[in-house]
Amino acid sequence: MTYAIRAEGLVRRFGDTTALAGVDLAVPTGTVFGLLGPNGAGKTTTVRVLATLLTADEGQATVGGYDVRRDPHRVRQLIGLTGQYASVDEALTGTENLLLIGRLLGLGRAQARARAAELLADFQLSDAAGRAAKTYSGGMRRRLDLAASLVGRPQVLFLDEPTTGLDPRSRNELWDVVRTLVADGVTVLLTTQYLEEADQLASEIAVVDHGRVIAQGTPEELKAKTGGQVLTVRPADPADLPTVLAVAGEVARATPEVAQTTVTVPVSDPDVLPAVVRRLDAADVRVAELALRGASLDEVFLSLTGHRAEQDADTDAMEGSLA
Amino acid sequence: MTAATATPATLPAPARRLGVVAGLRHTATLAWRSLVQIKHNPMELLDLSIQPVMFVLLFTYVFGTAIAGSSGDYLRFMLPGIMVQNALFATMTTGFGLNQDLTKGVFDRLRALPIARWAPLAGRILADTVKQAWSIALLLVVGMILGFRVGNGLLGVLAAFALLLAFTLAASWISVLVGVLVNEPEKVQIFGFMVIFPLTFTSNIFVPTERMPGWLQHWVEINPVTIVADALRGLLVTGPVAGPVAQTLLWAVGLAVVFAPLAVRALRRRV
Repeated sequence: MTYAIRAEGLVRRFGDTTALAGVDLAVPTGTVFGLLGPNGAGKTTTVRVLATLLTADEGQATVGGYDVRRDPHRVRQLIGLTGQYASVDEALTGTENLLLIGRLLGLGRAQARARAAELLADFQLSDAAGRAAKTYSGGMRRRLDLAASLVGRPQVLFLDEPTTGLDPRSRNELWDVVRTLVADGVTVLLTTQYLEEADQLASEIAVVDHGRVIAQGTPEELKAKTGGQVLTVRPADPADLPTVLAVAGEVARATPEVAQTTVTVPVSDPDVLPAVVRRLDAADVRVAELALRGASLDEVFLSLTGHRAEQDADTDAMEGSLA
Repeated sequence: MTAATATPATLPAPARRLGVVAGLRHTATLAWRSLVQIKHNPMELLDLSIQPVMFVLLFTYVFGTAIAGSSGDYLRFMLPGIMVQNALFATMTTGFGLNQDLTKGVFDRLRALPIARWAPLAGRILADTVKQAWSIALLLVVGMILGFRVGNGLLGVLAAFALLLAFTLAASWISVLVGVLVNEPEKVQIFGFMVIFPLTFTSNIFVPTERMPGWLQHWVEINPVTIVADALRGLLVTGPVAGPVAQTLLWAVGLAVVFAPLAVRALRRRV
């Protein structure tokens, strides 16, 4: 198997903060690899190191077989980068934004114009091609941003939280684009805070926390590890809470958690739902809320690390200002 | 989704390094990017033009007679100076634009492209130099409509242009440094107002040195703005040329030597 991206022991500090504490990655060519983690976990820093925007203090990494530190110019010829913020020039039109990139990549005037028109059509931006990007909606800006990173037909594409802040429809459209790209052989490194997004797109996921990869595997493997699903029960009468706790714990064979009057417990077998309903009915407990849902990132985290995916405000702010 | 697709069957091995010619081409493309914006936002051009023209009109007709006896005489004295003031204010656009690129992520996008490392900054500075040349020319034309006459012919005008552009090019490193250090573009403008306003008004560009209080005269005489304004007066109207021009060039070299490395270091540290 060939790897489009390899990283070994990446360490990066910002002053007293250690953003990366030894990140190892191996991304097979032609796949989507998901980097999953909360704000401040080190996802953006990892992408910035791999995209040659930042040098690591320790460790090494190759992209497309080239060392990011020794051969950055070669790496840059292979990659496309779409950052957390739609980094298009708002004063330029859609066409001009893509022309700019095309010309910088060495395309001739006519070639750059043709490529721009082609991409604008692909991303349903042809109608807005002549308008300044500042008049675009959030979804349109993201699409333009993604189009800009595809002008040079990159072999490796970095997508740093590409759907944060997008409405569900725009998000689905972007997912489709990613799938098409991968079908054409592009390798995608995707960072996300959403388990669902990683689940939808990635063939392999690395969960990062505090600058380290704490778990890695296929979405199925990770979900199996964490129990996969969560049962939520809220009794109509808080007095029934002890009964609900007992039933949930017994059926799921795990220790339930209580937040106010809601009981949650991780479950791995979907058949527990009817069992819980029967038991609660038998105990004459009236239920205000009963649900079985996929584990959220928070719960994956809880089960992997033993701590909640706290929003590390400081690291986050720092990453933001450096981005 | 056909065009977005990637990877032609065979790829040439990517080049290891970039030539200088390629870097210059990138610079030109990035300068185009800054200038083409004017097409969509003609207000920017008005912005570049209205303030200097308004200053010329106001000072000539409101203060001219009081300061120099007649508005015609005052225009001859003041126009070269107002060119310097306007050019210094205009250097702030470099820092403003750079800061915008840094905060909005455009700078990252450019740095992830296989282009010369210095091209994004050089492209911006080149575009701003073109804008500078435009407003200097505009001031000269407006002045001539109001009765300003050049004293040393075309050669004097060209030399004045070259000298002022060289000086602003050096001074724009201060703007780059500020643009890198502050966290939002508006702060670049605040800096410009707080520093350039007093700096240019405590020179001899609007009022002759000898009409100011004694303690202020000492400062006015060594103020670089005075020196550049004197050099331009010499080239455009009449008066000593060699001394002020040489001192202006020295100042330009000094500013560049001090602020260019500081700005580049700050930029490296920030990105």
